[in-house]
Amino acid sequence: MQAFEYASPTTVKEAVDMLSSKWGEVDILAGGTDLISLMKEYLHTPRRVVNLKGIKELGGIQKTGGGLRIGATVTLDELAENSTARSEYQSLVRAALGVSSPQIRNMGTVGGDLCQRPRCWYFRQGFGILGQDKSGASLVVNGENRYHAIFPQPPAYFVSASSLGPALIALGAKVKIAGPSGSRELPVERLFVAPRDSSSREIALASNEILTEVIVPSARGVRNTTYEVRQKEALDWPLVSASVALRMKGSTVTNARVVLGHVGPTPVTAAEAEKALAGKALTQETATEAGKAAVAGARPLTGNTYKVQLARIAVQRALLEAVKLRG
Amino acid sequence: MSKHQDELDPKTRKAGFSRRGFIRGVGATGGALGGAIWTEEEAQGAQGAVKTAGPGAVPVTLNINGKEHKLNIEPRMTLLDACRNQLDLTGAKRVCDRATCGACTMIMNGKVVYSCTVLAIDAQGKQIQTIEGISAGRPHAVSVAFVNNDGQQCGYCTPGFVMAAKGFLDRNPNPTYEQVKSGLGGNLCRCGTYVGVRKAVLEAAKAVKGGKNA
Repeated sequence: MQAFEYASPTTVKEAVDMLSSKWGEVDILAGGTDLISLMKEYLHTPRRVVNLKGIKELGGIQKTGGGLRIGATVTLDELAENSTARSEYQSLVRAALGVSSPQIRNMGTVGGDLCQRPRCWYFRQGFGILGQDKSGASLVVNGENRYHAIFPQPPAYFVSASSLGPALIALGAKVKIAGPSGSRELPVERLFVAPRDSSSREIALASNEILTEVIVPSARGVRNTTYEVRQKEALDWPLVSASVALRMKGSTVTNARVVLGHVGPTPVTAAEAEKALAGKALTQETATEAGKAAVAGARPLTGNTYKVQLARIAVQRALLEAVKLRG
Repeated sequence: MSKHQDELDPKTRKAGFSRRGFIRGVGATGGALGGAIWTEEEAQGAQGAVKTAGPGAVPVTLNINGKEHKLNIEPRMTLLDACRNQLDLTGAKRVCDRATCGACTMIMNGKVVYSCTVLAIDAQGKQIQTIEGISAGRPHAVSVAFVNNDGQQCGYCTPGFVMAAKGFLDRNPNPTYEQVKSGLGGNLCRCGTYVGVRKAVLEAAKAVKGGKNA
């Protein structure tokens, strides 16, 4: 790890002032579960690290106007233990509990889950966010891609590592972002972006901005859950996840949100599956059809066709699980 | 990374030495250091009320096993390395050093954490418990249960597993087998002694309830 200077401001304004207008110079430390490993690998070599955990206003979970406000430094463990989250946002609790291990959930934060860097092994070995060789050819396309995107957005073939992202998108959540000129809000689906070049980032934050909180609308009456398919039970990222949020009238779906995780450089909204469900009763058959619709547009790479089936089944199972749960 | 290892590391040697030399030379601490590595314009943000520490060694106070330890370490030093290399608390092991094996598990403010992935400077003000702290005087009920149930072979993962098990039982005093399995999911044993470990945790749950090391 390269030496850095460390700061632990107590207000968001102070923290923003300590950031840099250029990527790479300053890193934000929340739980550190990703950043510290990135620094040990010299993938991040900041000159300054700004700790956010001393900023009180970035913590805590509050009910607001029917919805939920989750501070960026709330740990995944706190989220999973929160009584409102447990009764109303099964989708978020499942996604949080799916994260790796108790040790990671105790340190890792909500903001950190959204802002963590991709797990692509080419990126982690120093070949850049796009995993390219010196000529610009994709190492992913021509190499080992079993865990990569089945919904790639060339030249980006990695998968978004966020567990909460798909659930938050399905629930219609927004993030609040603080920067030098004040704060702004962004729907979670617009937080994630597929980089077009190797100097771009995979989230829509500027280098001098901080994700400060997540605002989740009320999910009362919205049947929601997350279903993950994993290779290992712990210490791993899901191969595929599906988050669903369903508004129902009796057994009929009036509005469906279906979002896939770990299948593309951003969470992937399965618009075809949502359309296939609208106005229909949710049954084994319609859930199966929605699963098929969700992956109809998949473009797997040489080594990850198996993920198409996993995604199809994840959507089907998430839907069936959601209707068995109380909304 | 220990100071010794860093100085052997060609990637950091140059930067580390030159900065340390500069710091020693001007005898500066805290925010005044900004100018050393930032241009004037860049440093403006840091010149407010917020003090910065490092990149050289700074005073850090850690509360470990109920005792305060005053250290002089760089902000980049992890809690694990501070314990092992500065305080001679070598029970927690440095294995993967990437938050994926659990051998370095400690309990911080009542919750299990990977000490390899916590900066020591960031652990100030927290109550830190290490394997040495729970086994002072006599073996903890969890350690005893590991012995009784062959919860280890080579033993390298054991201190981390015992801490993970203690942290788990503190929060889940009446666990089912399935809860034990997922609750200890953050620790790896390359000998594959999971069956013994899980039996040990279930036995320890009963022992703790019986008043031993509650």
